[in-house]
Amino acid sequence: MSQPPMEEWHVERQIVDLSKKRGKAKNRRRGSQQDGRTKLEREDVPMASGEPAAAPADVALSVRELSVSLPQGMERAYAIENVSFDLKRGQILCIIGESGSGKSVTANAIMGLLPKVIRVTSGAINLNGTNIVGLAREKLRSLRGRVVSMIFQDPLSALNPLMTVGAQIEEVMVAHDVGTPASRRSRAIDLLIEVGLPDPQLMYHQYPFRLSGGQRQRVMIAMALALEPAILIADEPTTALDVTTQAQILQLIRDIQRRKGMSVMFITHDFGVVAEIADHVVVMEKGHCVEQGSAAQVLKSPGHLYTRRLIAAVPHLTGKDRIPSEAGERASILKVECLAKTYRSGSALFRTQRIVPAVNGVSFDLTSGRTLGVVGESGSGKSSLGRLLIKLMECDGGSILFEGRDIAGLSEAEFRPLRPKIQMIFQDPFASLNPRSTVGQILTVGPVAHGMPYDEACERARELLSHVGLDAGAFERYPHEFSGGQRQRVGIARALMFKPKLLIADEAVSALDVSIQAQILKLLDQIQRETGVSMIFITHDLRVASQICDEIAVMHRGQIVERGPPSQIFLDPKSTYTRELVAAIPGEQPLSMPEHAEYGGHHKGGETL
Amino acid sequence: MTAIVAHAAPARWWHSRAVIRFMRHHLALLGIAMITLLVLACAIGPYALPYDSLHIDLRARFAPPLTGNHYLGTDPLGRDLAVRLLMAGRVSLAVGFSAMLLSTLIGTLIGVTAGYRGGWVGAALMRTVDGFLSYPSIFLVLALAATLRPSPAMITVIIAVTSWMETARIVEAEVRSLREREFVQAARMVGLRRSHIMFREILPNAMGPIIVAASLAVARAILLEAYISFLGYGIQPPLPSWGNMLNGAQQYLASAPWLAIIPGAAITMAVTSFNFIGDGLRDALDVRNDHI
Repeated sequence: MSQPPMEEWHVERQIVDLSKKRGKAKNRRRGSQQDGRTKLEREDVPMASGEPAAAPADVALSVRELSVSLPQGMERAYAIENVSFDLKRGQILCIIGESGSGKSVTANAIMGLLPKVIRVTSGAINLNGTNIVGLAREKLRSLRGRVVSMIFQDPLSALNPLMTVGAQIEEVMVAHDVGTPASRRSRAIDLLIEVGLPDPQLMYHQYPFRLSGGQRQRVMIAMALALEPAILIADEPTTALDVTTQAQILQLIRDIQRRKGMSVMFITHDFGVVAEIADHVVVMEKGHCVEQGSAAQVLKSPGHLYTRRLIAAVPHLTGKDRIPSEAGERASILKVECLAKTYRSGSALFRTQRIVPAVNGVSFDLTSGRTLGVVGESGSGKSSLGRLLIKLMECDGGSILFEGRDIAGLSEAEFRPLRPKIQMIFQDPFASLNPRSTVGQILTVGPVAHGMPYDEACERARELLSHVGLDAGAFERYPHEFSGGQRQRVGIARALMFKPKLLIADEAVSALDVSIQAQILKLLDQIQRETGVSMIFITHDLRVASQICDEIAVMHRGQIVERGPPSQIFLDPKSTYTRELVAAIPGEQPLSMPEHAEYGGHHKGGETL
Repeated sequence: MTAIVAHAAPARWWHSRAVIRFMRHHLALLGIAMITLLVLACAIGPYALPYDSLHIDLRARFAPPLTGNHYLGTDPLGRDLAVRLLMAGRVSLAVGFSAMLLSTLIGTLIGVTAGYRGGWVGAALMRTVDGFLSYPSIFLVLALAATLRPSPAMITVIIAVTSWMETARIVEAEVRSLREREFVQAARMVGLRRSHIMFREILPNAMGPIIVAASLAVARAILLEAYISFLGYGIQPPLPSWGNMLNGAQQYLASAPWLAIIPGAAITMAVTSFNFIGDGLRDALDVRNDHI
């Protein structure tokens, strides 16, 4: 993953088009109109000639044979090639694809926000009948925010951290010379009410860092709506959010879209989200549009092989329990009692100490060869729990009995001989491999430090690489030469180097595309059946947990609120929190009726439509 | 746009983005060229010139540049200035380089330890750094140089001891952020020892800033050596250094200005070149600058 050239909020500034010298800009705009027109004619000769700009009246945005080239040295010559689709007025169009499919490039091309090195080479983008490809910067500027607006994936980096929420919403109107200071202020407050933020008068004066992720995304939506644009582009607006917050934001976008009759272009990688809100779907793969049609049609009877594969890979609540592997004796491998961890920040001396209980009296046990899923939203303490179990963090109280021995109080030196028995698979395949070490070094460094001869370690590493589905050549290569899924395989191989007894997978598939996710889950399942390793699978995604776990523990605010087999958690949740969590899963009907259990995995999201 | 801009791995190191970016930094290339020129001249020059650096020719005192075989003229004792300049360059550059190596070594050790250990160990080390920084280093250098016997090796040590703090701070900040990365957690998970994690897992990832700091440290060490030698506490005559050549030239500033101008120009050339290289490296190694 390469860094974006600018912070998102900087891009956001471009969208609302903050122009410090607005007076000057206006003069320039007048001057540049002719300028822009000649430029348009000059550049657009190839495609503007034959194609009349007029589109059917019910089409808000029409993209025709759009191609965007990438600079040399990239993995392919075109970011997108010959992409055509229409966004009808008052509809929600979902563009779905995996990472690298070109869906964000499409959105940025429409907003005119492509980086300089990436250029539109041919094609047309008709916004309300105007072709905006090659349009002068000032004309594009006046369209952005007013006619078409955008919401970004990460609301924290898309908001300016040094401006209050109110000022940022007003800025959009200031940039387009709309209203007076007083009218702008009242409009900003109206918008805050409209997006459902509590106490808008207070919210107006808040800085973004004081808000939660969901609230920030609501502020972003308020900004995007400030000038009542005809078209809203949402680039993965819910990907960074918790599942319950995601459900609320999706609901909000749909409500606003219906109320205002807006057209929405919604970019996502999640078929669950598509099933929730889409009217029309465009499926993209490697820069090509492979299939499009109504949501019901694409979800129920996908035509293209890729779409079918993608839909098949989407994890669903199975509501069925996993059949445990048939090995004989089942001993308890891990028994956790009243485990506690409290984060303290600030200083006790000045009485400003903040105390956050991350893990609060957690108890469970794990039978060897089984998988326990730990499910919860961000901040629920599930990752802290994982780190406590593997002693990357010291606990404050309670005991961890591993194979009958309490490891909670052991010092680092005492625990080191036990480390090979408990291994972890990390969340971020990009951060968890040392960029300066080859895969071979990454795999062998641990065993060698524990006394395995180097040659033996190398042999085992090569064996494991082929076992996790990488070719032997991977041994000599550096992590940056691999894709996310391949890196996660390296991470799994590293954890298996020691033949561990317990494997802790901390959000091990969360950063991966669905099709890769399915493969990695299958690999983990296969490994467990072969080696009999016990697993603790930490995830925020109930659907994923239902695929691989024998038992699921739901965590909320540092405590386990409910524990049971997947069938019970999904079909008959006991606690209110679990019920909320299950209901918020996009694209799934709440499985309240027991008879659904029989259909289990075949239950498709399309039924909600 | 995330994964789409994922680029193919560079086939050779000179295809890597950092190298390409460095090659586009014209001033840095100029710096490299000038330094190479200086080093070669200092290494080979004295053998090619017809005079010895200690050869005294009282009949040719104060010869201006381009008199006979004295290309840069002679000094008050009639010694050839060109040979002395290059011999002085050997001393000054050697002191500069070794002081940089030593100060980078000290700074890196302390920075990595403070950054990785954190807690009271880190706090104690970093307060020591602050202590050193709060004392004006030029006075510290002079005080040390005045009490210790000023041989080139001693001058090197003195300069290193007073200039490692910047490297330590840069490395500490870098290591502190690297420490939180998952690959370090993973290294702990597989049971690596602390020293192994600090110097073999984390340190290679902090090399960029260290190299940049080192290239700037050479420039400063050369300058510092020139200061103390100019003030008479540094390299002692007859061993020439750029600093003590300037010292010897000050009383003849009006009558023989080239005696001051020529070593002054050499110092300027060396220091600017290293600063240019440092700037180029900083731009090239900055990962946030990842678009060519």
